[in-house]
Amino acid sequence: MIEFRFQDRVITAEEGQSIGAALHAAGIRSWRTTRFGDRPRGLFCAIGACFDCLLTVNGRPDQRACQTVARPGDEVTA
Amino acid sequence: MIYDLAVVGAGPAGLTAARVAARRGLSVALLDAYAKTGGQFLRGAAQPRLTGVDVRLGRRVWAVEKSQERFEIHASETTTATTLLVATGAHDRVIPFPGWDLPGVLTAGGAQALVKGERVKPGEEVVVAGTGPFLLPVAVTLLDAGVRVKEVLEANRPSPRMAAALARVPSKAAEALGYARRLAEARVPYRTGHAVVAAHGEDSVEGVTVAKLTRDWKPYAWRTVDCDTLAVGYGFTPQADLLVQLGCRTEGDHVTVDDHQRTSVDGVLAAGEVTGVAGAAAAVVEGALAVHALIGAPPPRLLAERARLRRFARALELSYPVRDGWQHWLTPGTLVCRCEEVTVSALEEARDLGADDPRTVKLLARPGMGWCQGRMCGHAVARLTGHDPAPQKRPFAQPITLADLTLHDREDST
Repeated sequence: MIEFRFQDRVITAEEGQSIGAALHAAGIRSWRTTRFGDRPRGLFCAIGACFDCLLTVNGRPDQRACQTVARPGDEVTA
Repeated sequence: MIYDLAVVGAGPAGLTAARVAARRGLSVALLDAYAKTGGQFLRGAAQPRLTGVDVRLGRRVWAVEKSQERFEIHASETTTATTLLVATGAHDRVIPFPGWDLPGVLTAGGAQALVKGERVKPGEEVVVAGTGPFLLPVAVTLLDAGVRVKEVLEANRPSPRMAAALARVPSKAAEALGYARRLAEARVPYRTGHAVVAAHGEDSVEGVTVAKLTRDWKPYAWRTVDCDTLAVGYGFTPQADLLVQLGCRTEGDHVTVDDHQRTSVDGVLAAGEVTGVAGAAAAVVEGALAVHALIGAPPPRLLAERARLRRFARALELSYPVRDGWQHWLTPGTLVCRCEEVTVSALEEARDLGADDPRTVKLLARPGMGWCQGRMCGHAVARLTGHDPAPQKRPFAQPITLADLTLHDREDST
């Protein structure tokens, strides 16, 4: 198991698991809100096609959570 | 190095092609966006040995250029080959309904990917809905993961054509029977002529509205079902961006190929779902056939097998269409385009201004202009403007940074 940080929480993930899957497994189902409607979004297609699950990883914005493998010590923000 | 063959997509079709080509002594590069081979179908399966294949994973191919007699395949670095095989598969086809943007609504393929690829339960109490035989393995995957599957809802009705097709392909009939048995054992109702027409919840799904459907999908007799997750899929859309970029001929939603899996563009081969959604077994056969385009005549056995599996796929396509009655489920505030948050009423305004085709609607109301480039709303926007969904031309198949582009320029100038 590895650990990364999401906002102020420590999330555990299996080796090779995506950040999106680890967050979903931890009961966190949304991690951003939309620009116009302020609507919560998280995983939808989970295979990299829909771009709903975007978040910021180690300062790099607009990463697809479902396509980004969690690494130990990652700093993940909305 | 210039490869004899570059394969984009390491699913059943691409894996087979790369393996067969390497065995025949060709130099092969195999590229895939994911960190593992297998694509969506073999997700989570053991990684196969690919002796003699240059496997390049985590490579998101964003464009292919044809220059002289070779192809330059651009990902984080450029791969050059004399022949290109595109086997980039498909993604779930989705249609809008009120509440479909709530967290906890997942595509059917996404729910399965979470279990098979990530060992994560998509939810505790899940409703599976949509159309097509894929809903069955998804429901069974969820059951096997310990999820409570409340109902499986198939919008279409059983068709005689489907029964006849199953009778001709015993392996598929046995597979379907296995799923049906598993659902029955777990007491999961499988209801045809039913659909989820709305999802409800504050910040996440708390329940869905289920309706019975007429044959053309007009809803009646509504009820609500409590659940924390909805897995919904209405078949698949081929992911043919690279082929469309190259100018390959398309028909309906897919690229056309000949007996050698050759597209209309010289040196460009295609196999698997990009040539029409037909499943993994057909993809394997087509991957093998594609290699024969480089080494000789296609073996009659493979051609016959492809024809048999394609006939079966055609029966599926005709038995599980997306019928326009889903438009009855929409309300003025329903989002059609998730990325740009374009509602049904915004599309209607554009139509009132005279926009009567998907492109003009896109220019006026912006559906399909966001991150996903219309992958999620393409079918809906086309049908809402009275057009048949067609593959869209995307100059960039993947989002890239300006830094990637400058790097690309620098390579060009050296």
